[in-house]
Amino acid sequence: MQKLSLSKLDQFLEAMAAHQALYLPVEDHSGQAKFQRWAPGVQLSSTLNTVRSAKDFFFPQTEDLVNFKLRGKEIEIIDPRTEHEDFVVFGVRGCDARSFTILDKVFLADPVDTYYQSRREHGTIVSLACTRPEETCFCTSFGIDPTCPQGDVTCWMEGDALYLTANTPKGEALLAQVADLTEACGDEAVKAQQERVSAILKKLPLANFSTKSFGGQVLMEVFDSEKWGTLSESCLGCGTCTFVCPTCQCYDIKDMDTGHGVQRFRCWDSCMYSDFTRMAHGNPRLTQKERFRQRFMHKLVYFPANNNGEYGCVGCGRCLSKCPISMNIVKVAKALEGDCK
Amino acid sequence: MNTETLIPKLGVVTDIRIDTPDVKTFRVVGLDGKKVFEHMPGQCAMLSIPGVGEAMFSITSSPTNEDFMEFSIKKCGCLTNWLHAMDVGQQITIRGPYGNGFPVEGALKGKDLLFIAGGIGLAPLRSVINYVRDKRQNYGSIQIVYGSRSKEDLVDYQEILDEWMADEGIQVNLTIDRAQEGWDGHVGFVPNFVKELQPDLNKTVLLCGPPIMIKFTLEGLKELGFSETQVYTTMELRMKCGVGKCGRCNIGSKYVCKDGPVFRFDQLDELPNEY
Amino acid sequence: MQAAMISRAKELLQGGQVQRVLGWKTGEFVYDITPAVFQSVEELEAEFVYNDFCGNNLSKYLIKESRQPGKVLVFLKPCDTYSFNQLVKEHRILRDNVYVIGVPCEGKTDGETLKAAGVRGILGLQAQGDRFLVETLYGSQELEKAQALPERCQNCKSKKHVAYDELMGEEGQVLQSGRFDMVEKLEAMTPDERFNFWRGELSRCIRCNACRNVCPACSCEKCVFDNDNSGVAQKAAANSFEENMFHIIRAFHVAGRCTDCGECSRVCPQNIPLHLLNRKFIKDIDTFYGDYQAGEDTESRAPLTNYTEGDVEPSIVYQRGGN
Repeated sequence: MQKLSLSKLDQFLEAMAAHQALYLPVEDHSGQAKFQRWAPGVQLSSTLNTVRSAKDFFFPQTEDLVNFKLRGKEIEIIDPRTEHEDFVVFGVRGCDARSFTILDKVFLADPVDTYYQSRREHGTIVSLACTRPEETCFCTSFGIDPTCPQGDVTCWMEGDALYLTANTPKGEALLAQVADLTEACGDEAVKAQQERVSAILKKLPLANFSTKSFGGQVLMEVFDSEKWGTLSESCLGCGTCTFVCPTCQCYDIKDMDTGHGVQRFRCWDSCMYSDFTRMAHGNPRLTQKERFRQRFMHKLVYFPANNNGEYGCVGCGRCLSKCPISMNIVKVAKALEGDCK
Repeated sequence: MNTETLIPKLGVVTDIRIDTPDVKTFRVVGLDGKKVFEHMPGQCAMLSIPGVGEAMFSITSSPTNEDFMEFSIKKCGCLTNWLHAMDVGQQITIRGPYGNGFPVEGALKGKDLLFIAGGIGLAPLRSVINYVRDKRQNYGSIQIVYGSRSKEDLVDYQEILDEWMADEGIQVNLTIDRAQEGWDGHVGFVPNFVKELQPDLNKTVLLCGPPIMIKFTLEGLKELGFSETQVYTTMELRMKCGVGKCGRCNIGSKYVCKDGPVFRFDQLDELPNEY
Repeated sequence: MQAAMISRAKELLQGGQVQRVLGWKTGEFVYDITPAVFQSVEELEAEFVYNDFCGNNLSKYLIKESRQPGKVLVFLKPCDTYSFNQLVKEHRILRDNVYVIGVPCEGKTDGETLKAAGVRGILGLQAQGDRFLVETLYGSQELEKAQALPERCQNCKSKKHVAYDELMGEEGQVLQSGRFDMVEKLEAMTPDERFNFWRGELSRCIRCNACRNVCPACSCEKCVFDNDNSGVAQKAAANSFEENMFHIIRAFHVAGRCTDCGECSRVCPQNIPLHLLNRKFIKDIDTFYGDYQAGEDTESRAPLTNYTEGDVEPSIVYQRGGN
């Protein structure tokens, strides 16, 4: 384990930024945090988490897939990609760090999504252990330990120091870049912090929340539940939950005619939207009830059915904070638990 | 599998056949004059005109056709309207093949086959029909029951008359919804026609058509004594990626683009009725 | 108030005057209230809530609810009644199928506002006079209510109900608020400053459509931004022009109909002060056509849909130097 004095935090960030692009949570003027590129003077936010998740780094909200030039009956296909630059994302929390594992299962499954893969290869994740979890947190329900988050490097901020340990060759390479600033140390301070935070985790209101009754084995039972109507009755059909969610990965592919050619881009899409499944001959999900059901079925049943029981949720609590009508996966799972048999 | 699955290849339309008032069959080859890729019967491809749209279509030609691919496309939306208006020589983009296809080299081998199609539903089955015709020795008897609104709406009518009906050992039963002049064949809906025909219960059925026709035909088959494990169909839902990632074509935990589009009815039975 | 509301709702349900009750339902925490339709006395007793967090404006739900069989009872706060009237005026709510009970409001806060005020790990909250006592994972905290209320409540425009069949509690007054102060500040900026202000805000938009979907004035059957044939139906803003366009078009479309309920800003996950766009229109309408409050009544013609000889000419834009 390495130790960095917090008085050298700026030097540390600068040293990393000298080798590759560095992103970290920064507060905007409305007091909320977002990942932003580091430049001299940019301060690390002390808030628990960013509004938007860290998925943006690998699966951005919009991304050009392919360009076309049209001449009469002829079409030219242009791959718009240039080599991605190497980058570090500093300050990723345990929930978001786990979300990459879930996204990998979609985008790196055969056939590999090369756009995502390239970003993954160029990115190094530096996760930061949580010290002040909030009432909306329930990552522990998915076996995540926020006091020891996964990542290429794991960090703990305690007292006047930042403690770091590399978990992968990528992480070791990163720590080598800042070796001048750090010194080897024992793990007593980190252990003490982990114990302290673990005690808080046990007191969280959602500490005992579990999705264990859900999974592929209860697909029809959950799908056919009569409670979907009530649960979805005040859903606005907006995309807030899907867009702030670190594991929502559905996308749309659209063409934009720029006047000089056609840009085919993909952008985040939401199963909550009415046109998500609309076709020329009809729509299999006609009302908000079916769309709402799809989102939660995907996370609690379909995803585990296809991925050895892993749920499509990391318990970050963003949807709990941000849904305009405060309807979320916790309320849904608690309401439907009884139908899982 | 093409590793750049979201970047299409170029194809050129070398022939356009008018099948019915709203269905045309497009012949597509690569710019080098060869097939753009190989496929299996029942698999699909994403066709696109950049700036207009991209959509999934079943490949209606058989893989045994070594020269080109064909797509029978009904005019019903933005992209298909555009395709119907284009001329021979137009380049299009194409990517695929996608989906599982019919198990022509698996469960269907050696079986007596009953194809049942309604309207444009013949498009995906035509690929299988011509495949088994070309590999005749691998399969048992072949019966084709096909119906449409009218004589003019029968897709591939000329091919049916000239080739399928001319083949020995292929039984073709055609029907149209309402009687019309110049038609002395059967009149009536496909589901009822199937019941009247009383096909042998040992046949394996490949069924495709409008949802309502599929529903009643399946019911009819069950009444006759067929089991759901004998009946295959092919599904169509809105798709964007074609590779099980964009998240919209799922029926329960199965993605139509990747796990389908071909399903056996007993498999569909275990999934929500959301299609 | 909550107990009285439940008891009155039960009476009306049991008496058959109404068949359903539209209100607010408790959640996991103290603040995560969900709008809900209650069908039975049991449901009302178990889950109906009216507290400092019932900020959701229920009026828009009545577009759908008033078209269901039977009559629906709805509880409306003063500012919700303005949206209600406006929707009745636009023939979006079938008035005869709704029984409105006006309920008093002392301002509604929400989890996000408390977090912005520095409260973290909220476990419970009690209102005591003009203070909130908040219990958190990290100890108790006391806040002045005025500081723990969102902007729309700090600048409350009216505690008067403009529509109801029955009123509970005491009726309030239309208030003088400072709700145009920020608009004036924006007007005083140079065009570049103002543009930068809005770029700073709108560049955070993630196009989740929450503002549009919650807005009582956004009641089109099909929004132009959902229409593939419109050419603007993009799910993500491809560039800054599109980011701006969505919000500016929306502000124009609700101009003269927006009652300033503030739901757009409440639901924005990125805390974009969207209400300021609408307030600029309201302020200009007041200036050009005389004071006008959308939703104040159900009969009058709105300035933008009415013509009088005294109407301003388009040249007013130049006369005001582009403001």
